[in-house]
Amino acid sequence: MSSFAQVGRLPRLPHTGRVTQARVLLSEWTKLRSLRSTRWSLLAAIVLTIGLPALFAAVTSSHWGSMSPHERADRHPLDIALAGVNVSQLAVAVLGVLVITGEYSTGMIRASFSAVPKRLPVLWGKTAVFGAVTFLLMLPSVLIAFWASQAILSRHHILQTSLSDPGVARSVVGGAVFLLLTGIFALGIGAIVRNTAGGIATFAGIFFVIPPLMNVLPSSWNHAISKYLPSEAGRQLFSLTHDSTSLSPLWGGLLFAGYCALAIAVAAVLLVRRDT
Amino acid sequence: MKHRFTHRMIEARSLTKDYGDKRAVDELSFTVRPGIVTGFLGPNGSGKSTTMRLILGLDAPTAGDVTVNGKHYREHAAPLHEVGALLEARSLHGGRSAYDHLRALAQTHGIPRRRVDELIDLVGLHDVAKKRAGKFSLGMGQRLGIAAALLGDPSTVMLDEPVNGLDPEGIHWMRNLLKGLASEGRTVFVSSHLMSEMALTADHLIVIGRGRKIADTSTQEFVSRASGNIVLVRTPQATELESQLAGPDVTVKTIEPELLEIRGLTARQIGEAASSHQIVLHELTPQVASLEEAFMTLTRDDVEFRTLTAEEQVA
Repeated sequence: MSSFAQVGRLPRLPHTGRVTQARVLLSEWTKLRSLRSTRWSLLAAIVLTIGLPALFAAVTSSHWGSMSPHERADRHPLDIALAGVNVSQLAVAVLGVLVITGEYSTGMIRASFSAVPKRLPVLWGKTAVFGAVTFLLMLPSVLIAFWASQAILSRHHILQTSLSDPGVARSVVGGAVFLLLTGIFALGIGAIVRNTAGGIATFAGIFFVIPPLMNVLPSSWNHAISKYLPSEAGRQLFSLTHDSTSLSPLWGGLLFAGYCALAIAVAAVLLVRRDT
Repeated sequence: MKHRFTHRMIEARSLTKDYGDKRAVDELSFTVRPGIVTGFLGPNGSGKSTTMRLILGLDAPTAGDVTVNGKHYREHAAPLHEVGALLEARSLHGGRSAYDHLRALAQTHGIPRRRVDELIDLVGLHDVAKKRAGKFSLGMGQRLGIAAALLGDPSTVMLDEPVNGLDPEGIHWMRNLLKGLASEGRTVFVSSHLMSEMALTADHLIVIGRGRKIADTSTQEFVSRASGNIVLVRTPQATELESQLAGPDVTVKTIEPELLEIRGLTARQIGEAASSHQIVLHELTPQVASLEEAFMTLTRDDVEFRTLTAEEQVA
């Protein structure tokens, strides 16, 4: 331990700079990359996004011979290629919540808001940096998942498709967009709830608990309501087929983006008003 | 250079903060001036930390107003250059290294990397700068907090209980640092519940209890005003002296047969009275109440959760 006894004089800072959105963005990038939780969550998201399709492709290939024609017809290569997205969304959402609730649980938020007392640049910075990092990692991940699962299936000459087939490229890219928006939605929830456990529970409630509950409703109600739920609307971004019970990829995606914007907007209003 | 920070101060005007039904800060008005160390004194729960959060805009006041260098903290374009703050509540992510913590804060103002290194050296954290701050001892955490506070070379330094968790060496360092910062012309505002610490550091005191201002005075004046004149006198002619000194504002307490505690007269007055009546004195000692006692006297009624004294418990 170095000595603490002699008082060094505080060196002067020759130039003083003001707070700008670009500087806050840089600061948020430093915060995000300097935490283990970021690395572990994103690593989990990548492994799940790529690993599960590769696993399902291998299992499907090895059982193909014993499958009934009906069962074979039920299999679609994109369902396999994007199977990981359904699971990695949880890793992305947990990180999205943590990006903001981690500051509240540790007290870091007080340092952040002392440096940037206008507060909103912190929220914009977090959303932009986390969104960019998530998308830049998830887009290659879903592409690799697509190619890897196709490569495994091609050895058995089954379930082949191409990015140039109708809807396939849109679904694959849509998978990455879905993960990006899911993360931002979770970040908004986290900023509203300001508590890690509460944030994750709220997200899980909206995404995983409410949708199956809809099945208890009369089916006419269920069909009328379900497609407008955030998770259902968002899922249309990466599902290949659409019918009367679902929105189109475009409208589903826009509605999900609207939910994200709403969550972030509510978070922004509360962030400025509430005591820290 | 020395006067770069003049005309810079913290000004609170009828500052009030309620949390639900509870009033944490009550019509508090004060000015913290540059060039001296101002102590912010009060028992635990008296509203010191809340006041500091209000100054930083972390909490919004229920009524009243507080400005730093003429503006609300939130309105400053470069707040870290105006106020450097160390809050009592931990304000860092334990999963991040000291270096990354400071770097992230510095980046919001475009403060160069070199400055971060300088401050890590200044507070003596060089060897542990890349370790996770969550593993730091209380004292190391305080030093990191000081480094964060000084990052922007601020004109005002505001520290909430800064000596908490520091060892004697660290306390000594902190004391010198605060005095050094004030002598450079900065505004230094330091809260504490330790009177003895304030006596050694603060030039001026703002004392609060239950969110209200009790005193706003120089440290010296605070002690003398609170202690009153108590003089200890040892004399073989105690009864004689007592009768000579009797007066409306004078109280004499017999501690031992030959030892009196006299309140309301100075040592000089007692000595002269004794001399003119040819009373022999063996001892004549003015008692200066410690800052601790002065503080207790002033805040006796304002301590929120006062423990009952022995007599009260019996009664």
